[in-house]
Amino acid sequence: MTASRPLLETVNIAKSYGSVVALEAADFAVRRGEIHALLGANGAGKSTLVKILAGVHLADSGELFVDGTPMQFHAPVDAMAVGIGTVFQDPALIPDLTLKQNLQLSEIDEPAFVSWLGWFDLGQLDLDALVHELPLETLRVVDLARALARDPQVLLLDEITAALTADQAERVFALLAHWKELGRAGVLITHRLAEVLRICDRATILRDGRNVALFEPGKEADASNGSSTGTMQDVGEHELVEAMLGAEVREERFEESGSETSASEVRSIADEIAFAARGLSSGEVVRDISFEVRRGEILGLVALEGQGQERLFSLLSGDRRPTAGEIQVGGAQRGWGGPYDAVSDGVVLIPGDRLLSLLPNLPVRQNLVVPLFNRIREWLRIPQDERKRVLNAIDRLSIDTRAASQVRRLSGGNQQKIAIGRWLVAGFRTLLCFDPTRGIDVQTKREIYALLRELAGNGAAILLYTSELAEIQLVCDRVLVMHDGRIVDEQEAARATESTLLTAAHGLEAAV
Amino acid sequence: MSHSSPPPRSETEHVPATGLVARAAALVSERPTIALSGTLVILVIVTGIIEPNYLAVSGVRNTLLQAAPLGILAGAQTILMLTGGIDLSVTMVATASAYVAANQSPSGAAVAILLGVVVGLVVGSANGVGVAVFRVNPLIMTLAMSGILLGLFTAWAQTILKGSTQVGPFIKLIGAGSFLGNRIPYSVVVWAVIAAALIWLLRRTGWGRLLYAIGDNEIAVRLAGVRVWQVRITAYIAAGVLGSIGGILLGGRTGAVDLQLANAFLLPSVAAAVIGGTSIFGGVGGYAGTILGALILSVLNSMLTFLNVGQAIQQVVYGAIVLALAWGYAGLTRRA
Repeated sequence: MTASRPLLETVNIAKSYGSVVALEAADFAVRRGEIHALLGANGAGKSTLVKILAGVHLADSGELFVDGTPMQFHAPVDAMAVGIGTVFQDPALIPDLTLKQNLQLSEIDEPAFVSWLGWFDLGQLDLDALVHELPLETLRVVDLARALARDPQVLLLDEITAALTADQAERVFALLAHWKELGRAGVLITHRLAEVLRICDRATILRDGRNVALFEPGKEADASNGSSTGTMQDVGEHELVEAMLGAEVREERFEESGSETSASEVRSIADEIAFAARGLSSGEVVRDISFEVRRGEILGLVALEGQGQERLFSLLSGDRRPTAGEIQVGGAQRGWGGPYDAVSDGVVLIPGDRLLSLLPNLPVRQNLVVPLFNRIREWLRIPQDERKRVLNAIDRLSIDTRAASQVRRLSGGNQQKIAIGRWLVAGFRTLLCFDPTRGIDVQTKREIYALLRELAGNGAAILLYTSELAEIQLVCDRVLVMHDGRIVDEQEAARATESTLLTAAHGLEAAV
Repeated sequence: MSHSSPPPRSETEHVPATGLVARAAALVSERPTIALSGTLVILVIVTGIIEPNYLAVSGVRNTLLQAAPLGILAGAQTILMLTGGIDLSVTMVATASAYVAANQSPSGAAVAILLGVVVGLVVGSANGVGVAVFRVNPLIMTLAMSGILLGLFTAWAQTILKGSTQVGPFIKLIGAGSFLGNRIPYSVVVWAVIAAALIWLLRRTGWGRLLYAIGDNEIAVRLAGVRVWQVRITAYIAAGVLGSIGGILLGGRTGAVDLQLANAFLLPSVAAAVIGGTSIFGGVGGYAGTILGALILSVLNSMLTFLNVGQAIQQVVYGAIVLALAWGYAGLTRRA
């Protein structure tokens, strides 16, 4: 075997967005003639790496080589010029233009594009159709055919199969095999581990912005007889999952401390169902979801990216109406017209994106008091105790108020505390938390866990979606697993390990 | 993983205070009220030098007579700009209200003023529903409304509103009269009452808090359980009523009304709010600054009149001021 330079290689690539480090130091190499899987949990940095390889973002530091030549991509055209073809997670087409117009914009050779469409049995597709009239799976194929029409050396496919039918996915795999035979390469980013085992030759695992493992099943075989006979089949799914999660740091469970409620009170409220969903659906995104949260309980929710959890939370917070099913508060069915109605029923949301919760240019105090004025009859005054309540919340959350005049100057952790503090000021009965600890420091995370336990101890019902599986055992009582819009599993939080959760989240049966 | 952000620093540390411009910019961003008051005093003195008679009682009174309606119309813009909106129909509302008030003057001042204000209520509600419920862009909504009003009143002037175009004596008194030995115009008293109410509303009520909040991040406010459409509609209604009151004062000042009565006030009403530090993008500002903005523009107006500069050039000057300030404030916010 010649030790030729890899077709595509990154060394020590790093990228931060503001204060959030997306990639810390990533080494990644793709050889000619292989299909390489790029794996990692949510937020591990996969998409960022793809964007750097595709020329969408410029890395902060580190090196990038194509066929051994150092490169710097300042724009996507730079990456295309050296033979990198990318299909992003979301369709990169302009919805209000026709397919033909989109092709012209990206200067794609139409016959080549159409012949690639033919590979996927879409050769008859009407090129004058408006993009927004086409179904998602067709758009994914269009994106792929468009990338192929440039005859790339490396194909980067970010979650391509998620939206495809099984039949189309098979054709993508056949295509990748063909690409391999041509001596070119493919990079597959997917949450479906079964695909990885079947069609990939090697796998790089990213965790917290670093490459933590490289699975190279053919390597030992290589050394012994010089032929690459090993496949990813030799690697177990659970080995991959473990590598994605890393060495588990066990922390003690957060128990409610200093709660004033006595044991008997806890027992009497524990049976009371505060909040329930019955057959809740929203198109194809959320399907027939039922669960209940009791007072004093923290119910966890775990899902891979894009399984419908965002939509579910917007249904539960009254931001969107379900297409079927109902929401019950205290046993009574509720028909909400907007978040106002949900908040009136004591059901409040801490959004995952702080852009959805903060008033960036206003002071801490103005940020905290908004829900106090939900009703018109509260408009012409300011409650006597507004100041006291605000100071209380600041104190209880230990919000750093040095930069209090504009909350956009606060750190991410402090901003998240403000999103929570708003509901401490206004009061609530059911708290919906969407990934409240994403992108914040360890200390603040611990404070938030303790606060959630304390709130539950005082009788609140809490639904907690988190992308950090380790949090489930630390803070939750029970956990639901969501996959493809459905609840696929329920586990006792105390017994839910990261691997049982991740297995279920991939839609796989638990290993017995 | 996140770092805590550095403690806030004053603007002077960001802006090297070398040039005069940089120093002025730092002053404006740190102490806007002081900077504006200083500008006002300088303008008054310069005008006094150009025309020594200006510093006499009548000059100042004329400036205030001009500033009161402008300040009230600019109050409408301030409220809406805080929410990220604007009202391009405010001067047409003012004209229409004055027109109705003049037409109804034979029925007595109370009826005339009341019906005048009803115009503002109705138009403000329509603007509010359009913007808040049907999600029409505020610029388009209020511009279209202004056109509709002009058309309607042009037609009505020949039909149902045919008759008096002279305002009654009471409206004339509050619009043009003054007391304390002819020193203080009544319209300034009206303005002062409105100003006090507006400052209280913006600073010390939940409604005021919500105006700022919506202008800063409407989605967050909605998710916090506020019915944003209610806040927006009431803001447009308040703006409509302010437009009516401003218009009736203007009508009183001129004595007779026509359909061009308040036309020239549109740009200055926005300019006064912008000069006062209210951001066109919402969430930032307040009425105290707008008051100073209205006074500055009125003194400037007197100065340009003494310099024999025509109405056309005055509009050019206002336009230039708005552009320069919008650019200047944008620069400040970027640096902040």
